[in-house]
Amino acid sequence: MTTDAAVFQGLSWNLASDVRQLFAFHFMVNALVAGTAVAVLAGSIGWFMVLRRQTFAGHTLAVIAFPGAAGATLAGLPLLLGYFGACVAGAIALAGVAAGRGGGHSRESAATGTVQAVGLGLGFLFVQLYHGLLNGLQALLFGTFLGITDVQARTLVAVTAVTLVVLALAARPLFFASVDADVARAAGVPVRALSLGFLLLLGLSVAATSQITGALLVFALLVTPAATAHRLTSRPVAGLALSVVLGLAVTWLGLALAYFSIYPVGFWVTSLAFGAYVLVRLPRR
Amino acid sequence: MSEAVRLEDASVELGRRVVWEHVSLAVERGELVAVLGSNGAGKSTFLHVVLGLLPLRGGTARVLGRRPGEANAWIGYLPQRRHFDGSVRIRGVDLVRLGLDGARWGVPLPGRGSEARARVREVIDLVGASAYAERPIGALSGGEQQRLLIAQALVRRPRLLLLDEPLDSLDLTNQASVAALVQRICREEGVAVLLVAHDANPILGYLDRVVYFAGGTAVAGTPGEVITGETLSRLYSAPIEVLRTGDGRVVVVGVPEAPFVHGRRHDD
Repeated sequence: MTTDAAVFQGLSWNLASDVRQLFAFHFMVNALVAGTAVAVLAGSIGWFMVLRRQTFAGHTLAVIAFPGAAGATLAGLPLLLGYFGACVAGAIALAGVAAGRGGGHSRESAATGTVQAVGLGLGFLFVQLYHGLLNGLQALLFGTFLGITDVQARTLVAVTAVTLVVLALAARPLFFASVDADVARAAGVPVRALSLGFLLLLGLSVAATSQITGALLVFALLVTPAATAHRLTSRPVAGLALSVVLGLAVTWLGLALAYFSIYPVGFWVTSLAFGAYVLVRLPRR
Repeated sequence: MSEAVRLEDASVELGRRVVWEHVSLAVERGELVAVLGSNGAGKSTFLHVVLGLLPLRGGTARVLGRRPGEANAWIGYLPQRRHFDGSVRIRGVDLVRLGLDGARWGVPLPGRGSEARARVREVIDLVGASAYAERPIGALSGGEQQRLLIAQALVRRPRLLLLDEPLDSLDLTNQASVAALVQRICREEGVAVLLVAHDANPILGYLDRVVYFAGGTAVAGTPGEVITGETLSRLYSAPIEVLRTGDGRVVVVGVPEAPFVHGRRHDD
């Protein structure tokens, strides 16, 4: 970031000046914008994912994001294309597996598990083939907040906006189909189309989230805030809002802590999310 | 049109296997009808035909005077299901509310909420579930869950109610009270009810008519006509005896998977 005039000053323990410092660097502004978009996206999609018990599908998509990104780097394609292309293709494949099996849950998870392993293996191969990416491997798997480009930040905001609009319009039928598929189908809800549509949204969200948290730590934003919200309330609207708020809090705090400390953002975000989850799971006296 | 359901010489197949054929029956408005039969005899399939989820292979079907599937807005459906386990953290009221407007797209408009909430309250009162409707459904007992699911099926004021094994996995006390509730709804709201049952005894006293699926077809009539050794022997093409106990219960002898013996759910 040669254009930045600001200088890293370290933590001054003065809240106002520390916050001002966070916004002084262009790369930090990009990270905060992208992080905010991703937290809102992952919080809302994640709430539905936990409700639908599709966390395994979400994890699979995250693992597919890794070879997508590594492959795009190797082929000299834009990183964004690699993330989104791999995740959308993965979502369509998962929907195909689910439709073909027709209810055989254990075989379906075995098939997706197999795809996961191949995905990780391929990603590793791509990274090895691309010799210059030694540090890139860590970033792809565990995330980074350095070097998020303007295009990336704008794309993430756009993906979040589109996903939220679609989600708002389809929220009730999707909720119905998630909780009570048989009755929803009889009431005229296109359960299958919604299932495919949701997987596509999930793929988009995973691809977006991976760019901040890395492929392996997507769950910190996608599952943990949502699972915490589901623990705290069984009201749908309150749960969705809580999931988004938790995601935002974890992301902002994580980015700030990563900026002022020597530890990576992936560590901070996962630890904060995990801490919140443990707190609500503690037996109440 | 006073008929809720009419089938004429209907047949249906699943994966090229004929489930049943030559089925003719009529269900009147406001009747409580039990759908009986062995495992895999096609009882749930019959409900799927009524809902238009499964096309007939032959014959005709009319549901509330229309073709199957065209009248689903006036049908309340409770599928055969596993119960919600403890991890399902959805409140009973939300589940009932889904029955009212869960199929609607778009963002809910602020103005219409109170009317909908009033209807949800009313129907939850009707099934006697007010005390626990705000709690997560997974935390409720089987009988409590079943009452809320019946409320969900009733919330749009249907003219036809399809209940697939609503008494399954309930204890005897809850079976009796849910059966009584279904009859009360049938009489007070004038709703025709098709109730699939594995064990006919808990509902025997409430029934108007019976549809009995066996041997690849079905017979309809009053319980006295259908649940006899003669009719069932003909259906099963095997000697069947129907024994009546002193307290009015019925025991069918000679069927490998008799629907009068409390047993496992059927598999389809």
